Amino acid sequence: MREYIPVLLFLLVAFGFAAGTIALSSIIVPLRRNAVKNSAYECGVVPMGDARQRVAIKFYLVAVLFILFDIEAVFLYPWAVAFRQLGLYGLVEMALFIVVLFIGYVYLLKKRALEWE
Amino acid sequence: MLWLIPALPLAAVLLNLLVGGRLGRKGVGWLACGAVGLAFLVALRAVLRLAALPEAQRTVTDTVYTWMRVGDFSADVSFLLDPLSAVMALVVTGVGFLIHVYSTGYMAHDASYRRFFLYLNLFMFAMLTLVMADNFLLMFVGWEGVGLCSYLLIGFWYTRPSAAEAGKKAFIVNRIGDVGFILGMLILFAWGGSLNYARLFAVAPHVFAVGSTVITTATLLLFLGATGKSAQLPLYTWLPDAMEGPTPVSALIHAATMVTAGVYMVARTHVLFQLAPVSLQTVAWIGAATAVFAASIGLAQNDIKRVLAYSTVSQLGYMFMACGVGAFTAGIFHLMTHAFFKALLFLGAGSVIHALSDEQDLRRMGGLAPRLPWTHATMLVATLAIAGIPPFAGFFSKDEILSSAFASGNTAVWILGLAGVVMTAFYMFRLYILAFRGQPRLSHEAEHHLHESPPSMIVPLAVLAALSVLGGLVGPPMQEGGHAFARWLAPVFAGGEHAAAAHHAVPMAVEWGLIALSVVVALAGIGLAFRVYLQDPGAATRLRERLSGLHRTLLHKYWVDELYDATAVRFVHGTARSFWRFWDTKVVDGAVNGVGYVFEGFSAVLRLFQTGFVGTYALFFTLGVAALFLHLLRH
Amino acid sequence: MTPVPAPQLIALDWWALGAVIALSAGAMLLLLLEFVPAKPGSSRAAVLSLLTLAISAAAVFVARDARRSIFDGMFVHDGFTVFFTLLFCAIGAVSVLLSWDYVRRTGIHHAEYYVLLLCATLGMIVMAASNDLITIFVGLELMSLGLYVLVGFRRAHLESNEAALKYFLLGAFASGFLLYGIALLYGATGTTSLTRMAAFLSESPLRGNPMFVAGGLLLLTGFAFKVAAVPFHMWTPDAYDGAPTSVTAFMSAGAKAAGFAALLRVGLTALGGMPAEWGPILSAIAILTMTVGNVTALLQTNLKRMLAYSSIAHAGYILVALVAGGRDGASAALFYLAVYSFMNLGAFGIVTMLGRGREERVLVSDLAGLGFRQPLVGLAMTVFMISLGGIPPTAGFMGKVYVFKVALGAGLVPLVIIGVLNSVVSVFYYLRVTVALYMQEPQGEPTEVSWAAPAVVALLVTLALTLWWGIQAHDLLLEAQRSVMGLL
Repeated sequence: MREYIPVLLFLLVAFGFAAGTIALSSIIVPLRRNAVKNSAYECGVVPMGDARQRVAIKFYLVAVLFILFDIEAVFLYPWAVAFRQLGLYGLVEMALFIVVLFIGYVYLLKKRALEWE
Repeated sequence: MLWLIPALPLAAVLLNLLVGGRLGRKGVGWLACGAVGLAFLVALRAVLRLAALPEAQRTVTDTVYTWMRVGDFSADVSFLLDPLSAVMALVVTGVGFLIHVYSTGYMAHDASYRRFFLYLNLFMFAMLTLVMADNFLLMFVGWEGVGLCSYLLIGFWYTRPSAAEAGKKAFIVNRIGDVGFILGMLILFAWGGSLNYARLFAVAPHVFAVGSTVITTATLLLFLGATGKSAQLPLYTWLPDAMEGPTPVSALIHAATMVTAGVYMVARTHVLFQLAPVSLQTVAWIGAATAVFAASIGLAQNDIKRVLAYSTVSQLGYMFMACGVGAFTAGIFHLMTHAFFKALLFLGAGSVIHALSDEQDLRRMGGLAPRLPWTHATMLVATLAIAGIPPFAGFFSKDEILSSAFASGNTAVWILGLAGVVMTAFYMFRLYILAFRGQPRLSHEAEHHLHESPPSMIVPLAVLAALSVLGGLVGPPMQEGGHAFARWLAPVFAGGEHAAAAHHAVPMAVEWGLIALSVVVALAGIGLAFRVYLQDPGAATRLRERLSGLHRTLLHKYWVDELYDATAVRFVHGTARSFWRFWDTKVVDGAVNGVGYVFEGFSAVLRLFQTGFVGTYALFFTLGVAALFLHLLRH
Repeated sequence: MTPVPAPQLIALDWWALGAVIALSAGAMLLLLLEFVPAKPGSSRAAVLSLLTLAISAAAVFVARDARRSIFDGMFVHDGFTVFFTLLFCAIGAVSVLLSWDYVRRTGIHHAEYYVLLLCATLGMIVMAASNDLITIFVGLELMSLGLYVLVGFRRAHLESNEAALKYFLLGAFASGFLLYGIALLYGATGTTSLTRMAAFLSESPLRGNPMFVAGGLLLLTGFAFKVAAVPFHMWTPDAYDGAPTSVTAFMSAGAKAAGFAALLRVGLTALGGMPAEWGPILSAIAILTMTVGNVTALLQTNLKRMLAYSSIAHAGYILVALVAGGRDGASAALFYLAVYSFMNLGAFGIVTMLGRGREERVLVSDLAGLGFRQPLVGLAMTVFMISLGGIPPTAGFMGKVYVFKVALGAGLVPLVIIGVLNSVVSVFYYLRVTVALYMQEPQGEPTEVSWAAPAVVALLVTLALTLWWGIQAHDLLLEAQRSVMGLL
């Protein structure tokens, strides 16, 4: 466990620094509150409306779908690199994988999950 | 294929349950009779095949499946066909079939026609399981099954309080006997290591010393079971009350088949009984005592079915007497002939009752002979058979029992048996004369509706009458090497019977003398009945007045029911009540309710944890993990 | 790193994979068929699901005596796999039959319902058949994701949404623990393969290694969540109550069996029998699970919630078998799981039939007087309650007998006493259902029953099995004993 001691030290220093600065600033800060100061900080612009807004579900959908097909690309890449070693077996396996994903893709299209309006 | 024999009635039960409503009365009747008739044919075929085998191999078993196997213990649903169970299966299915046919006529106007045949078929299934089982456990299943069906059928007209009471009584009294059966069975298993007949009987002579306490206790307990089922002293009281059931039920269950289960059981376990001379003596004495005791009560009863009921008790006593003196063949022989003529007597009585619009009192009958020619003729045959007049069936079997008793040297038992013969002849002919001869004493209404029964009832009567005439011819006395029936049963009773047969050898002249004596005695009884009840109508009244004390005693059945009520029943009721009042309502209920309240309290507390907030749930989850780690850290 | 040898396509035993392939193909086919218009009121999806499950069961049944190890030992086809695959296919099929009419009348009839059901079944099978922590995890997630969506399938109902969200959040939470446990075990032993882990452990006993022990415990936590053991059970009543009843039936039987299957395989294969230090922990969890489940069930008025607590309690009985350990304990657990699945499916199945149209009747008091108006429902419910309560001559009784017998054999007398006391307590609330059925008059409008042929078939099958295994338990026990043979 000896080799972890630097890590532990690092953690202690990091937490200590963060805690120290927050504590320090809360001690020395002058407390003069007003409405503008208490509002959410948005790049210096006066905020409009409430920050707790509902986001359209479509954003989530697109995000999730993006991850799904992104993963496909991630899987395809190493297979392409080791294509020769994996041979026919790899080809068939990857074909199955793509077919499964493709069925999902067809389903999405037909369900119009990708149409914005 | 053996399994088919009990399975057929069971299939009829299921069909009746499922589609019986759509079949209509006719369909239900056909279904019930057809299943039993088919079972009879299957049994017949199986028995014929059995007979074709060499004598030593006449044992066929058919294991349907193993119900459970725990260690050495295995409970098989397995059926056995050997000469003994062959006789029983044929009697049960054959007589059963006739009674089923008869019932289609007798119950034709009953509202619960379908339910009746449902129970009746269920009974057939249970009874066939009982007689064809190859181990005690399956036999016990059948034993309880017939008890249940008996209860259901005695209380068939359950709206009648007396019927409901009688059903309950039969069930409870039988339960006392069943305790004996179960305990006996457990002892046999504990010492013998098996409940399978073949295995148990094979080891029995090595495990149990002759006359040892264990085997004596076990067989006496089994016999207690038999006295319950077969209505012997002291547990006979339920059978006369069981006459509340429909008459075909009395014929089938309470005369021909179920009540003989006890005799069958004793005969089946003869290997064990022969190891316990004390038990055999007990069987003989109880049998003889019951034979005389019940016959004497029968002398004074006025209800036609009750006379027959006491007669059944008495005849069962003869069968036990036979077993008790080691003449198992004679016992089974009498079981068979009795099934024929007693079923006939009940069915004939049923026909009379049917004809007289449900009149059962002998004092309001008389002179029916010309009006009911078929019923009269068949009843006469049966009466002669039970009285023991040659060449009717009852003569052969009863004579064999008496001569066996004499030959066994148990003279007292023999004398009791002989006394029973007189009484039997007397009360049976009293019944016959009061019902069929003399002047009609019918009520006006009964007179008006008087009619002979339909063919569906008469045909079974005729068949049974033929059997009552011819049934005895399989066992005529004084045959070299035993008669045909004895030779058939020889493989089962081999060993035991031979020992008995050795000192059976009474000289020819003595045997003839015994036969003559029993016939003379029977004729005397008959003559007396004719004299008292037919030739001299005043004689009966005078006799009654002269012996009024005795008559009252007999009429009230020795006050045994009252005695039981005053002692056992009251004691049990009283104890039960006090248990209920104090122990049950205060202590047990209090404890149960108290525990219930405590747990409900816990429950209410635990429900509070289920807040519905996911955060709380996750918190408990984390606390759980933390607890697990804390536990590890401590070690 | 040794180079991975190139796998051979032909070397695979396709029969051993038949069940998995059939289910995947069936699910995808169903998904695509969604776009081929069907006649209104067509039962295409349900029929196809049944067919898929049947093919799947048949495939594994054909190869039931084969013993294979596929994909570098990640997937094994042995007695254990066969037993659970058949069990899951049966659970799936009964659930499809129960859903048939139910999803229609409650207005959630979409092909996706059956797709998800098949996927969840597939996940369960993978959990039972995996011989590697990673594939177990994949199976578990496949099952869980399907179930999360199914629980929330009644989109218009707030309770359903709430149940799905709770189940999902806590499920994700539990998956985190599980995954962390897998990581620690990998760190301690250098492998995720159960077989290799066992080999590693036999060479260098790591019993005391904190990383190994902590990993095992976290793994246990993850599975305990899936089988709803206390204190990881809190999601159960809410999820069971909010989910469509047919889904509740499916998950109460399937997810629990799958969780136990994975736990048994990990415990018996990788850890060489349940580790000794797990004994007290498992005992404590078992006692808590039985007691909390039964006692909380006492006061429930909602039938679904009551059965949810009852299913928690039953997990406790199975844990008793696990504490006993060894081949006997495992086979008793398998026996109990099979028995429990069918009686519980039957009980929930009856709940799916209560009410007409969109109306659902789920209170115990809704059963009042139903026993006389609907004799079959009354009889079946009584049998299921008797069986759940462990009263002969039902399968539930035999299950308890075997579990407690094994536990006694292992010398766990206090645990058995607590278990038996708990059974006694449980009878109280099971019989309350029977009392309602036969001895109470309905308050207000009497409950109607939605009769449908598929549900009746499911009911009769579960009823028959519950009674049959109560009378003839021997064969199933032998099967269970044979199934765990390969594990030890």
